[in-house]
Amino acid sequence: MDALLLSRIQFAANISFHILFPTITIALGWLLLWFRLRFNRTGDQAYMDAYFFWVKVFALSFAMGVVSGITMSFQFGTNWPGFMESVGNIAGPLLAYEVLTAFFLEAVFLGIMLFGSRRVSARVHTLATFLVAFGTTMSAFWILVLNSWMHTPQGFEIRDGVAYATDWFAIVFNPSLPYRLVHMLLASGLTVAFLVAGVSALRWLVSDRSRANMLTLRTGLTLGAILIPLQIFAGDMHGLNTLEHQPQKVAAMEANWETGPRVPLILFAIPDEEARENRFEIGIPGGASLILTHDPDGVVPGLNDFVAEDGTLLHPPVTPLFFAFRIMVGVGFTMLFVAWAGSWMIWRRGDINRPLAYVLVPMALSGWAATLAGWYTTEIGRQPWLVSGVLKTSDAVSALPAGSVGITLAAYLLVYAGLILAYLSVIVALALKAAKTPHEAPPGINDPGIDPDPAMAVATGRDARG
Amino acid sequence: MAEFDWALWLPYIFAALMGFAILVYVILDGFDLGIGILSPLADDAQKDRMVSAIGPFWDANETWLVLAVGVLLVAFPVAHGVILTTLYFPVAVLLIGLILRGVAFEFRAKVSVAAKPVWNRMFFVGSLMSALAQGYMLGSYVLGLDTGWAAVGFAVLVAVCLAAAYAAIGAAWLIHKTEGELQKKAVAWLRASLGLVALGMAAISLATPLASARIWDRWLGFPETLFLAPLPVLTVGLFAWLWQLSGKLPLEGDRLNLAPFAALAGIFALGFAGLAWSFYPYVVPGRITIAEAASATESLAIILVGTLFVLPVITGYSIWAYRIFGGKAVDLRYD
Repeated sequence: MDALLLSRIQFAANISFHILFPTITIALGWLLLWFRLRFNRTGDQAYMDAYFFWVKVFALSFAMGVVSGITMSFQFGTNWPGFMESVGNIAGPLLAYEVLTAFFLEAVFLGIMLFGSRRVSARVHTLATFLVAFGTTMSAFWILVLNSWMHTPQGFEIRDGVAYATDWFAIVFNPSLPYRLVHMLLASGLTVAFLVAGVSALRWLVSDRSRANMLTLRTGLTLGAILIPLQIFAGDMHGLNTLEHQPQKVAAMEANWETGPRVPLILFAIPDEEARENRFEIGIPGGASLILTHDPDGVVPGLNDFVAEDGTLLHPPVTPLFFAFRIMVGVGFTMLFVAWAGSWMIWRRGDINRPLAYVLVPMALSGWAATLAGWYTTEIGRQPWLVSGVLKTSDAVSALPAGSVGITLAAYLLVYAGLILAYLSVIVALALKAAKTPHEAPPGINDPGIDPDPAMAVATGRDARG
Repeated sequence: MAEFDWALWLPYIFAALMGFAILVYVILDGFDLGIGILSPLADDAQKDRMVSAIGPFWDANETWLVLAVGVLLVAFPVAHGVILTTLYFPVAVLLIGLILRGVAFEFRAKVSVAAKPVWNRMFFVGSLMSALAQGYMLGSYVLGLDTGWAAVGFAVLVAVCLAAAYAAIGAAWLIHKTEGELQKKAVAWLRASLGLVALGMAAISLATPLASARIWDRWLGFPETLFLAPLPVLTVGLFAWLWQLSGKLPLEGDRLNLAPFAALAGIFALGFAGLAWSFYPYVVPGRITIAEAASATESLAIILVGTLFVLPVITGYSIWAYRIFGGKAVDLRYD
């Protein structure tokens, strides 16, 4: 394999590993704030128990996200120097604003959020929780600005092969940003909804019926049930936006080779990229036209329009896009069914049953599956461009020997595989441990060195009376 | 009066900002990494106490590295590419080290008792890898990113000495944050590592002018020598004072418990100032100057505006967080 392909695999491995954790922390931060606010208001200790359990998962996920994020920031220089050399004038400020407005905020207030509940007032602890949640969301905002700009670049001019910003407002609010941002934030919400529901279901299966666990179970299911239809709607809008700006990507997602009306919605096929046709195709006539143009006779672009005179392909590889997109949609509809069925059950009976719990536990990772599949769809879908129409991926790679990239790739893969296993096993261990000891002593009591937080003591006292 | 020329000044402002971020990183994450390097020398209870002395801070400390690399990437994209591709392997070692160190904090606190030693080892290995990689990168940079065997040997020497310097400042932080047996141990660690710190600074001070005639003239020409004399003199003075003080620590009533940390931070700052003077105006020594490597003026300007507003806020809330967790370290609890 050559250095370009190895560098691409290394970057894909890094970003695939990295994205798993912000996907959790963005929404989990807000969920923790919700628990904290509910406790402040009601004094119900179950909310604080939920907070203290899930803040551990947050801390773990956050650490994984931070360390892999640092790796990402170095990868630009080590493997893709051409990226910063040609579009650094635009990518640079966006990344700088992420560091300045998000990274420090998250990192500093995380310490207070994790370890400060007995050192600061309830109000400051709530504020720290809010700032961490806000920071993770700001971080996502800046990264998605840059990523969206790479898909739909505008607000710049090229002089001597280098991009110069001409309109920062146009750069930040580029055409695909709103769709991509909403789609990603909802993906984060769904990932957390199913993670929380799945881990709570695991605790439920080992007969943890504590109020805190039933609370998080219901919260996860309800959140999932509310967010999934919104996500399906947002995803559809995002698809239409992509059709407008990157028709070749949509053509590859649909494995549609010829431009024309009444294009079928392909349920299954094996795209043959050599023969430029599909094998074993099963489709709904006019389906793709109906979804993409809201008219069964609508004209949908085909891949054959994106081949240069000299035969160079100007569209992304078809097979990975076709399948990644179908995995994402398939997982999404499974989520819809499970979240609605689960919510209905828990609202009707106040409890779930064993079959549902057995479905929910593996579904804890469904958000990751959908996010990764969606991410591959959009990122592979930008190829052969790194910045659409501006910079080709092959022009940005560094002139490293393939062997060097191969060695570091192997090292990263080894570390990442080990960490994923450790992460999942620790979450399972935390859940089982919490299930065995559902009622921990209220905070502050076993700690003679420090005065218990007065606000917390009041709240706990109110809880005891209630 | 000549009009202030932003296009001319912006690259230097960003070079200064990058220097500031690197210095803050080296001091702050330096003590985190140092504590990781020292951790195998402590027993289990002491390990927990050492981790709790840095637990609430390490993440924010590490962010200064992201800022430094961010500024390099943003303000000097060409230099960023040259430096990071040349130092490809040390960077990979640094990153894997930072990954292992960073996740070890979380894992060691959450796994079963049986698995804890594994993560303690990861904490040590990750910290040591990161420190050595940074030292190696510094050594290479000082010799102009030369890749000959002599340069590699020198870089290895600097790597060991920087790891020792981190161990020293880690020990100094422990003297501030702990008491009793662990504090006494920290004093011993500090004294044991100071010799290597001095060796490293001396090696860099000698090698840098020898490696480049330009730097030789800059330090040893007249009258520069006179203006620069305070740098080495102050450094030697601080070393001597620290050595003498550390022989007597801990003092009655724990007086001066922050002094070793302050002295080492001062030594780091002086060494850094010396390096900055040596390499100015180059961002890649002898090859690319600050002005040549800089991004477009309008891009730098838009970042500067944000930085001027945000950096004081960041500094403010960082100091506040340190105050919240001030005093002697106690066991960390999530609730």
